[in-house]
Amino acid sequence: MDLTTFFQQLVNGLQLGSIYALIALGYTMVYGIIKLINFAHGDFLMVGAYAVYFFATFILAFTNAIPPIILFILCLIVSLAAGALIAELSNCLTYKPLRYRPRLSALITAVGVSMFLEYFFASLPFIGPSFRAFPDIIKQVSFVVGGVYLNNIQLLDIGLAIVLMILLTFIVNRTMTGKAMRAVSQDKDAARLMGINIERTITFTFLIGGALAGAAGILMAMTYPRIFPYMGILPGLKAFVAAVLGGIGNIPGAMLGGFLLGIAEIYATSYNSLLGEGIAFAILILVLLFRPQGLLGEKQSEKV
Amino acid sequence: MRTARVLLIFALITGLVFFGVSCGGGTTTTTPTTQPPTTQPPAKDIIIGVVAPLTGDSATFGKSTQEGAELAVAEWNAKGGINGSQIVLKMADDKSDPTEGAAGITRLIEQEKIVGEIGTVQSKVSLAIAPILQAKKIPMISPTSTNEKVTLVGDFIFRACFIDNFQGVVGAAFAYDNLKLTKAACLFDVGNDYTKGLAENFRDAFIKLGGEIVGFEAHPTGATDFNAQLTKIIAAGPELLYLSDYYNDVGLICKQARALGYTGFFLGSDVWDSPVLVEVGGDAVEGGFFTNHFSKDDTRPEVQAFVKDYTAKFGAPPDALAALAYDAANLMFDAINRAKSTDGTAIRDALKVANFKAVSGTIKFDANRNPIKAAVIIENKGGQQTYKATVQP
Repeated sequence: MDLTTFFQQLVNGLQLGSIYALIALGYTMVYGIIKLINFAHGDFLMVGAYAVYFFATFILAFTNAIPPIILFILCLIVSLAAGALIAELSNCLTYKPLRYRPRLSALITAVGVSMFLEYFFASLPFIGPSFRAFPDIIKQVSFVVGGVYLNNIQLLDIGLAIVLMILLTFIVNRTMTGKAMRAVSQDKDAARLMGINIERTITFTFLIGGALAGAAGILMAMTYPRIFPYMGILPGLKAFVAAVLGGIGNIPGAMLGGFLLGIAEIYATSYNSLLGEGIAFAILILVLLFRPQGLLGEKQSEKV
Repeated sequence: MRTARVLLIFALITGLVFFGVSCGGGTTTTTPTTQPPTTQPPAKDIIIGVVAPLTGDSATFGKSTQEGAELAVAEWNAKGGINGSQIVLKMADDKSDPTEGAAGITRLIEQEKIVGEIGTVQSKVSLAIAPILQAKKIPMISPTSTNEKVTLVGDFIFRACFIDNFQGVVGAAFAYDNLKLTKAACLFDVGNDYTKGLAENFRDAFIKLGGEIVGFEAHPTGATDFNAQLTKIIAAGPELLYLSDYYNDVGLICKQARALGYTGFFLGSDVWDSPVLVEVGGDAVEGGFFTNHFSKDDTRPEVQAFVKDYTAKFGAPPDALAALAYDAANLMFDAINRAKSTDGTAIRDALKVANFKAVSGTIKFDANRNPIKAAVIIENKGGQQTYKATVQP
């Protein structure tokens, strides 16, 4: 591998990693607050992507005059709203009634919600199981820096992943709502005694988590412009690995895990085409064996 | 009282079942429209069976197949039939189901006394009817079953389409001879025998012609990010990228390759044939080539005559299935004509040495009764599929 190829693969890895990081952010935040591994997170992403698909197709059918950047911001708002809505809906209908049941029930329900969303969307006549082409919201433009090809959508992915991470860290660490979220994550009963509305805090957590999934959905669909109801499964699983790698519950950790995983996958694939697909899960097993708390996670002793 | 009710229900059900059987087993018969005015006693009709999915989710395939065969029959009968005998088609509906196909072909053989069979569309159904025809020594020509195993059933089983892997060979010939390229690379789905087989056949044929394969990369099924493989391939400097994947993957691959600065050609196969290719790939698939069975824009006179006659008779231009059914029927009639007999073995021997100028190219058969013939190359131009060339293997 010469140097140009090496850096080109690094850029490819950052692009893939930024998608994983975006998904992992929502995963890790919901886990950090309510200790639920929300397996339906990848499907919230799919819902966000489809919402934008219909919205953008609708807008573009009327006019092509909207500047791409305005259209992108409108679409981003739609995807954030769609993701938040579907997340809160599944919280209300499925997770909330199980709040004080064993944690395993909620986990299994999450798998159920995930499959329901996939197959329900595939069965809807106006969505269907087949592939659809995602409209060009922003035209992809490539440019060369020292022999390495970059493009605008790639930079948007990476940029937005970093901005959202900073925003999320700010919300969780610097706002009253964030403080309430952290309190609920530490001890629900004590938080309630302090006058914190637990359900409202959890709702807020789901809204933010879903919105992040929606943002990941629009960016993934713009980067790989082909959508279908099962598009969230594999990226969702890989993002889960990324969250574990970075330390589940840790926001900068999700970011780091996502980028590391993307880069590892690209280099493994370039070494051998078929190695890349398995590398994520090999990493998952290694992390769980040797550093279960993840790279940035803190060692926790089980409370007795 | 109760027994009477049970009996009544039983009788109703039995009645319904019989009604269903008598309806489902109906025969559609196409009789020749132009009977030659003869004073001498008319020669015995030549009865040919057609098995096709006339109903069900592949009904459009069945309709095209039936229409293609009907056009061939009408043309031969208008010329006076075969050796003075008129051709009569007997249809059977396989509903895309192997069991239905087997029942249909048994009925055609036992009741209609067919001497040859054209069909069916899907390989899985053809594989069910071929052994029955082989056992009865009645020649069969499938227009569109591409699975290699179909003709391996026996020496009475032929086909009018090329088999899957053949497209890789034709693609290599087009890249080397027509485009004059010497460096190519392949990217394919490792989980799909079709795309893998095509890529391997392209590679072997291209090397045999004197070309060089600079990259041969796989990707897992369902992948969306092909950047790692593409970066590796592009670094090796191919002039052409052979993509045997389905249209939805190809759209993504082409887009990512162009974003990585690839400027060479893209070449693929008949699974590119979908409007979604251009929707996903956009400008990136512009100028991409793919191999296909038939193009109605082919300039050869026999193609243009067929397109004109077909459109006049059925009100819409023919698709590849109609063209292949037309070819299959003509191959059969030509063989009967040369054999001067309706004996199955004689027709088979005539088919084996066929050299027929068909719509989808001049057809000869190889040792496994697969046609050796040309493929057409289609180019994506301005978002439209346009005919580029006809390539002999």
